[in-house]
Amino acid sequence: MSILIDENTRVLVQGIGNQGTFHAKRNLDYGTQIIAGVHPKRGGETWAELDRPIYASAIEAVEHEDVNASMILVPAPFAKDAILEAHEAGIELIVCLTEGIPVHDMAQVYNILYPRGDDGVASKKGRPVLIGPNCPGLISPGTSNVGFIPESSTRPGSVGLVSRSGTLTYQLMHELNEAGVGISTCVGIGGDPIIGSDFMDVIPRFAEDPETEAIVFVGEIGGTEEQRVGRWIHENIPDTPVAAYVAGFTAPPGKQMGHAGAIVKEGGDGGETAADKKEALTDLGIAVGMNPSETAQMMIERLR
Amino acid sequence: MEYQGKELFRELDIPTTPRGEIATTVAEAENSAASFGVPVMVKAQVLTGGRGKAGGVKYCNDPDEARARAADILGLDISGHTVEKVLVEPASDLDEEYYLSVLYDRTSKGYKIIACVEGGVEIEEVNRTEPEKVIKEDIDPTVGLDLDRAKDILTRASLPDDVVDDAAQLLVKLYDGFVKSDATLFEVNPLVKTTDGRVIALDSKVSIDSNALFRHPDLAEQAEGGADDPLEAKAKEQGLQYVKLDGDVGVLGNGAGLVMATLDVVNQAGGEPANFLDVGGGADAEKMTQSLSLVLSDSRVRSVLINIFGGITRGDEVARGMLAALENLGDIPQKLVVRLDGTNADEGRKILDDANHPSIVTADTMVAGAETAVGLAADAG
Repeated sequence: MSILIDENTRVLVQGIGNQGTFHAKRNLDYGTQIIAGVHPKRGGETWAELDRPIYASAIEAVEHEDVNASMILVPAPFAKDAILEAHEAGIELIVCLTEGIPVHDMAQVYNILYPRGDDGVASKKGRPVLIGPNCPGLISPGTSNVGFIPESSTRPGSVGLVSRSGTLTYQLMHELNEAGVGISTCVGIGGDPIIGSDFMDVIPRFAEDPETEAIVFVGEIGGTEEQRVGRWIHENIPDTPVAAYVAGFTAPPGKQMGHAGAIVKEGGDGGETAADKKEALTDLGIAVGMNPSETAQMMIERLR
Repeated sequence: MEYQGKELFRELDIPTTPRGEIATTVAEAENSAASFGVPVMVKAQVLTGGRGKAGGVKYCNDPDEARARAADILGLDISGHTVEKVLVEPASDLDEEYYLSVLYDRTSKGYKIIACVEGGVEIEEVNRTEPEKVIKEDIDPTVGLDLDRAKDILTRASLPDDVVDDAAQLLVKLYDGFVKSDATLFEVNPLVKTTDGRVIALDSKVSIDSNALFRHPDLAEQAEGGADDPLEAKAKEQGLQYVKLDGDVGVLGNGAGLVMATLDVVNQAGGEPANFLDVGGGADAEKMTQSLSLVLSDSRVRSVLINIFGGITRGDEVARGMLAALENLGDIPQKLVVRLDGTNADEGRKILDDANHPSIVTADTMVAGAETAVGLAADAG
């Protein structure tokens, strides 16, 4: 089994340029139900490479097609409108792969998707799930792949994997795969400072999924979400095997390490370094490797 | 820097100091002071805080004094930044100093306003010793900030009654300007009341979201994650993510997380990484040439670890790109340790094996690659 996507996921693709077409085709060949594409100027045409219809907007697409997910690969300047359009169309799962979206655009998107209550806190109950942006997407091996994740380095199994980084996700999947360990679902949540779903939105889903027996999560420097989910794991699923890695033990403070969100704030409240996160997670009883290989090994040992 | 932030403030109609002039020599500083004909401030323009404490901000009564103080300040080292220019501006007579900022807040996924009756000092320090004095207000980006709310915030921050109205108007402009400019930070420290009763931004610190520069090409120099190293600036121009570090093992890989992890394994193998370099997706000959020449132009680099996990990036393409890059670069003294995995990695490894290039050493895993690269760097040292 899996979380978020499976054989019943029916995907609309917003952004069908070269990249969008290439990956949608890969996903289709894997067995994912890719239903249609969206392009503002090509509505009514056929998306020849995939033999699927093209609609001028997500709203028009849902009038004609039964879709329950959207994969967005439009260029960054248009990503905000694309996400809001998918939301307006009533699509429940929005996967935004686009990199480089301005933080103000995402602040608007996030607060529109998840309005704040009277207490000022955003609630996600009954709201759409946004994965990303700036993420590789997600894969439930054997049934569905929405995004960039290379399917060749994994197999169906019982480990839930969630990561902020794309290539590190592949690295972990690969190391587990070499040891014969498969994945229920792998979710790349993205490396931006504002992402639709964080560890706390994904790991409780793994906890509820009967087929997910163990969890690996991969964080990095910046923010303190790793600690928050660590406390949740400690309190709610203390018996589930969990292993983690936090990238960036050698990252200097004040420097952005590639990802927009991967920066240890100077003069911040602390807890943002890899060492801080490892210490906090270790105190909560979670196995944290010093590198991806060690983390994979920890999980493989736990499963033996 | 301060002078750029203030120029932006003026465009946004945020009250600040009279326009000054930038001087890079003592003569220019003297001339500017003479042209203003009033006492001036000579202020170091560097991308770091603590200028006042370091002696980088001085009040000068006349042009001679401006020349002397500029001589002290130009070339001064402030937290590792050498002062190359000073701002000379007409001095304002201050009565009181406060603190005001608008920033983007990762935790609330919205904006935050910070206000404090203590200004001209480090706000982090006030927050540590007297946190009750620092008012932090969450702002919902879909709601924004109006004048009443601004007044309420500043009243709670204990700004004097006769200042609140003017300061609130300034705060609303600051907030609107922050949003309009796609900023991640607009900081005014200090916000001052002058002796003639005006409320103005005496200093400015502005940081613009680098992802939003397509909307603000004119603000590129004020983008966050500023490149204070010439190699970093060059990398930025080429669209590569490069951060200079202190060691001698060059690191190059695809994907920010994987490169960070590579730095970690180099460190754990007993070495010191020389840099962070993410080549991103697709690593063709041109990109590999740019990346490699960038890493190798750091004279301290004694070996290079190239760590590629193919997803969208294909191993065979990377291998060919690497060989072409080596051809372009000619003879290099450093060895390149290459680890390839993922899509078409077998093909990539075969291409490298067949080429049998004297500069290339292959590794099976990233840990093994790190150990080899660290060993080679030590041997070369």
